[in-house]
Amino acid sequence: MSQAVSQASEAVVRPTSQTKLVEIRGLEKRFSLSGDFLDQLRFERGKLVRRQNYVHAINGVDIDVQRGEALCVVGESGCGKSTVARMVMGLLSPSGGEIHYDGQRIDHLSPRQLLPYRRRMQMIFQNPYASLNPRMTIQQTLEEPLRFHHPDWSRERVRQQVTEVMESVGIDPDWGKRFGHEFSGGQRQRIAIARALVVDPEFIVADEPISALDVSIQAQVLNLLMDAQRDRQLTYLFITHDLAVVEHFGSRVVVMYLGRVCEIAATSQLFAKPQHPYTQALLSAIPRLEDDRPDHIRLSGEVPTPVNLPSGCVFHGRCPHANERCRQEVPELIVADGGTRVACHAVEEGRITA
Amino acid sequence: MTTITIPVPSRWARFRDSYLLYSFKRDLIAQVCLLVFVAMVAAAILAPWLAPMNPYDLAQIDILSSELPPFWIEGSDPLYLLGTDAQGRDLLSTILYGARVSLIIGFGAVILQALIGVSFGLLAGYLGGRVDAFLMRLADIQLSFSTLMVAIIVGAVFKATFGGETFSEYAVILLVLIIGLAEWPQYARTVRASVLAERSKEYVDAARVMGFRAKRIMFRHILPNTLSPIFVISTVQVANAIISEAALSFLGLGMPETQPSLGSLIKSGFDYIQSGSWWITLIPGTVLVVLVLVINLLGDWLRDVMNPRLYKG
Repeated sequence: MSQAVSQASEAVVRPTSQTKLVEIRGLEKRFSLSGDFLDQLRFERGKLVRRQNYVHAINGVDIDVQRGEALCVVGESGCGKSTVARMVMGLLSPSGGEIHYDGQRIDHLSPRQLLPYRRRMQMIFQNPYASLNPRMTIQQTLEEPLRFHHPDWSRERVRQQVTEVMESVGIDPDWGKRFGHEFSGGQRQRIAIARALVVDPEFIVADEPISALDVSIQAQVLNLLMDAQRDRQLTYLFITHDLAVVEHFGSRVVVMYLGRVCEIAATSQLFAKPQHPYTQALLSAIPRLEDDRPDHIRLSGEVPTPVNLPSGCVFHGRCPHANERCRQEVPELIVADGGTRVACHAVEEGRITA
Repeated sequence: MTTITIPVPSRWARFRDSYLLYSFKRDLIAQVCLLVFVAMVAAAILAPWLAPMNPYDLAQIDILSSELPPFWIEGSDPLYLLGTDAQGRDLLSTILYGARVSLIIGFGAVILQALIGVSFGLLAGYLGGRVDAFLMRLADIQLSFSTLMVAIIVGAVFKATFGGETFSEYAVILLVLIIGLAEWPQYARTVRASVLAERSKEYVDAARVMGFRAKRIMFRHILPNTLSPIFVISTVQVANAIISEAALSFLGLGMPETQPSLGSLIKSGFDYIQSGSWWITLIPGTVLVVLVLVINLLGDWLRDVMNPRLYKG
């Protein structure tokens, strides 16, 4: 893994392609479980030692987001997909690795240096019931970012921009005097999208933006996001656990498991020909109407704890194709057929016939 | 997309339909308490116009009319409705002026407590880590001394250093400072707890993603959402501050006899309680008890109404 990180950081020095908007290289995040300094001290065999336990949420993730695409990140709860999103947005600071935006490294910048990027990258959150400030009207919520980022704009211009964005997400501009709690979940999520769009960003991180909504509203909000992408040439990093959404929305898909990337592929490629055993199991779990006898791949066991990571491939304990090499050696992302990048020894060795 | 235009309610309409007003209309105790409280505050504020005489004006005081009983007792003077104290001051006027001093100290101390406590609580809760640990340990240390003990030490040292004259001159400011500084951890802890709850909500993340600075997020986004607990403890703290001031005055470390608060009035009458002039102590005492009781009952009611588990707004 350390080798991969060093290779990656070399590659980062010269951005190879102009079309890459976001590059994530060797990203790692540990969360301490041990509390403060005094809690970490233990008395072991007559000696006072400092012992720290970590949750290894992200363990060396490499993702490129191409300009104009909708990159979906899927994986089960706790696989670290939201943590990646929050690190890209600077809400969490990485424990290791680099994040580059448009060729510039941004993960080590101070809040002040980051300010120009705040206008270019925005975030939409999962829970529309918590993402609007309950004491602010919609108008205030939408105007504040503009006043902050464009102090030179006139009152008229701010208002005009807010009205424009409200109309584009399907909210009546007359609702501006109301508070968030007066709206339904779908309307609130539209307002949250308007808040992200109001500063006219080019890149939007959406952290499960529709999973807290009614199924009937999900499609509306998804279509709204797609319309916004078309009209404003947006790039999305879309976090979700809903594979149907991925198929509808994503241009490329990243599959994550236990803080590692298993597979990166174009959406159609991934759904037609999944290569990684975990992706195969994931896709086989989608219920299909035409199926009488669904042939689910049943994985045995549980997701291992991220406190003590398994050696080798993080998936080896549950993988039907695992052998000794998988238990020892961490697989790197390799290019398999169809342009899919997959981290699996079995695929590399041709042990899996898809 | 078709939208139905619903008229936006005004601020007044919002209040008229609020749960706060609804429960107030149905709670007789709250109504009576508010009425009594407003009446007392109004009487205290309007003391210079309401009071029959000015207890600070030595020319109006006649020592010959001292210790006159209130009107319902034989030997009273109709000029002095509630009788007079040992120096011949009209008790009603003195109580009105005294309540004013007590309320000024009570509210002043609470404003100071709130300023310190809310800022420290916000900083501790939002920044976390070392700042949090440092401020909260400071609060623990402060809480481990009783307010009265701190106040007695500071008051006694001040009195001994600068003399009684200076002490009397700055007594109000000094009492506000002492009581205000001694009780800020109450605010800091409450605010910190609410800030911790609010900080994990996504609207705070949204504000951070926008690039807003910590000061703006703390004061413009988080603080307005922690106002209800602040409001509730404020009522209790006002009552506490008035009581603390009365206790200090009773111990002789509060307001001087020449500008009595309710507490020092009670104290000045205490020496005469055995000689039959019970009203000098008992009437201001009753006023103090009623004032504090009413504020506490209002605070209780407010806490019930604003409990987020019962009602979220």
